[in-house]
Amino acid sequence: MGNENKLINGWLMLHIVLCLIFIFAPIAGSFVFSLNSDRFPSLPLGEFSLDWYRAIWNDPLVWSGFANTVIVGLIVAVIATILGFGGAYTDFRYNFFGKSFYLALALLPPTIPVVIMGLAMLAFLSRIQLSGSTTSVVIAHGVMCSPFAMAIIRLRLSQMDPDLEAAAWNLGGNEWATLRHVIIPFTRPAIFAALFITMAVSFDEFAVAWFVSGLNETLPVKILGFLQGQVSPRINAIGSLAFLSSMTLIVLAQLLLRNPNEGSK
Amino acid sequence: MDGSMTPPAIVKFDNVVKKFGDFVAVEKADFEIGQGEFIAIMGSSGCGKTTTLRMLAGLEDPTSGDIYLDGERVNGRATWDRDTPMVWQSLALFPFLTVQENVEFSLKMRGVGKTERDERARKWLDKMQITEFADRGINQLSGGQRQRVALARALVTEPKILLLDEPLSALDAHLKVRMQAVLSNLQKDLGITFVYVTHSMSEAFAMADRVVIMSRGRIEQIGTPEEIYRAPHNRFVAEFLGSANIFDGVVGAATPGGHMVAYDGGEVELQASELQGATAGDKVTFIVGAENVDLAPVGAGQDGLSATVVGEEFLGATATVFLETDGGQEIKVQKAHAALKAVKCHAGARLIAHWAPSACHVLPGENA
Repeated sequence: MGNENKLINGWLMLHIVLCLIFIFAPIAGSFVFSLNSDRFPSLPLGEFSLDWYRAIWNDPLVWSGFANTVIVGLIVAVIATILGFGGAYTDFRYNFFGKSFYLALALLPPTIPVVIMGLAMLAFLSRIQLSGSTTSVVIAHGVMCSPFAMAIIRLRLSQMDPDLEAAAWNLGGNEWATLRHVIIPFTRPAIFAALFITMAVSFDEFAVAWFVSGLNETLPVKILGFLQGQVSPRINAIGSLAFLSSMTLIVLAQLLLRNPNEGSK
Repeated sequence: MDGSMTPPAIVKFDNVVKKFGDFVAVEKADFEIGQGEFIAIMGSSGCGKTTTLRMLAGLEDPTSGDIYLDGERVNGRATWDRDTPMVWQSLALFPFLTVQENVEFSLKMRGVGKTERDERARKWLDKMQITEFADRGINQLSGGQRQRVALARALVTEPKILLLDEPLSALDAHLKVRMQAVLSNLQKDLGITFVYVTHSMSEAFAMADRVVIMSRGRIEQIGTPEEIYRAPHNRFVAEFLGSANIFDGVVGAATPGGHMVAYDGGEVELQASELQGATAGDKVTFIVGAENVDLAPVGAGQDGLSATVVGEEFLGATATVFLETDGGQEIKVQKAHAALKAVKCHAGARLIAHWAPSACHVLPGENA
């Protein structure tokens, strides 16, 4: 390290800590108040209590929202990862006219404002009689999540020795056998990471789900419903659990992507 | 080599051309490779040697012309339907498989059962002396061990031909020489055809029965290392080998045995057999091997080219001396140190460079 400077390092460290506090303070606050017996979030804190968790445990509305979220999340993760893999492999393998246009189009959805996306999805899905159902949320989230899966798998493919695929052909594997025995094993960590990340994105997505879900609301949409009715500390409990599950998925994905040279062993 | 000695061909390139868009990668490949031959395709990067190999492997299709493998025309046949395994420059071993799984790969792709796969893979692991690493990952092996895995993986189907694309380029000099011996012995042992692509003359000349020299998509010469070294076909090959002096001359008056040839700085009598039909007025290019040039002090009565020493390069027991004539012609001389001392050779010295007329070799591929 040539330009080691304690003062600058100290300031940078402080800066990072402040950023992290700024980001996580609301979540941490929500977590603390979820364990607080008081009805309103105020200081000083009341007693430690698990009442709010018990309350949501016994609430059938929370359960139905949670079930919808999990079902949608699982299906979306699989669909988005398959689509993302296809997109990434096409990019890796082929050169064709308009490829940069194809890539831009495939990676576009996350850049569209969610409200526009939600409205457009609602308009389109109701036109084809598919709005207001779990299927419609799956379709909308599939569109939104595929680019994430594609980006993750594309990154992994870019780390592959380009001779590897040709070597497998040369050793007697046709294109399908090579896909199965070389490309998929090589990208396996990224495929799992993509499954977890897309599931997490679908779990947390609110705006589009709000537009298209109809009566089959996912958990984030349910939470808004609760908030509109009453400000209850149950929200803190739900929020803490939702945060925990998303973070678990993200951390799993990060662990899988950590050492790209180790392969899937 | 005598034509009758050439073994039956396993590979035949018949007027093969390969273009990528407007770029001509291989201009006209027209040659045969005999059964059991160790052939090296040599040239600098971009000369078309790798493209030639990839066409043989079925990884590229020729733009025109035909490729025959074991008597069958194989244009358009996919690489997985040919048995032409290749050892890659990057080795291209599968990092997510163990050593044994790597070696078994092509058997698995061909639907060979598990027990037989294991048996055949073990045989090749044993042959390449890597049995102890069978269950290791590729990342846990050294460069030399990986090389052996790559060879075992390619040879496990017992093919008639093995393609090698600069497989030794990543190794250090010491290991390279050892792997050359391994490859050479392996090829003799198996009796199969090796087609070896390299940019290194020392690798090609050390191992190959015949060498194909390519440049800019063209084949410049095919021959045994000795033939090529002794009688390069044209200026490109002579310059590529780097050990000969090249002179441009004009054929002059006839003599009883041949013709006088005038060149910048002198005149030499060349035999009719050497001139290959060139007659008075024709241009010829001839070379003189650096080891065939002698040096003499000025004023000792020796005829020859008067030149100034401009540099010296030591190579163990001998040295290469670079001289320049007043006309700007460079002359390379390779001599033992004692011989150089005897003529007081040092930078800036004036010396007479001379050689016997029989040391001259006319390049048949120039001015033809």
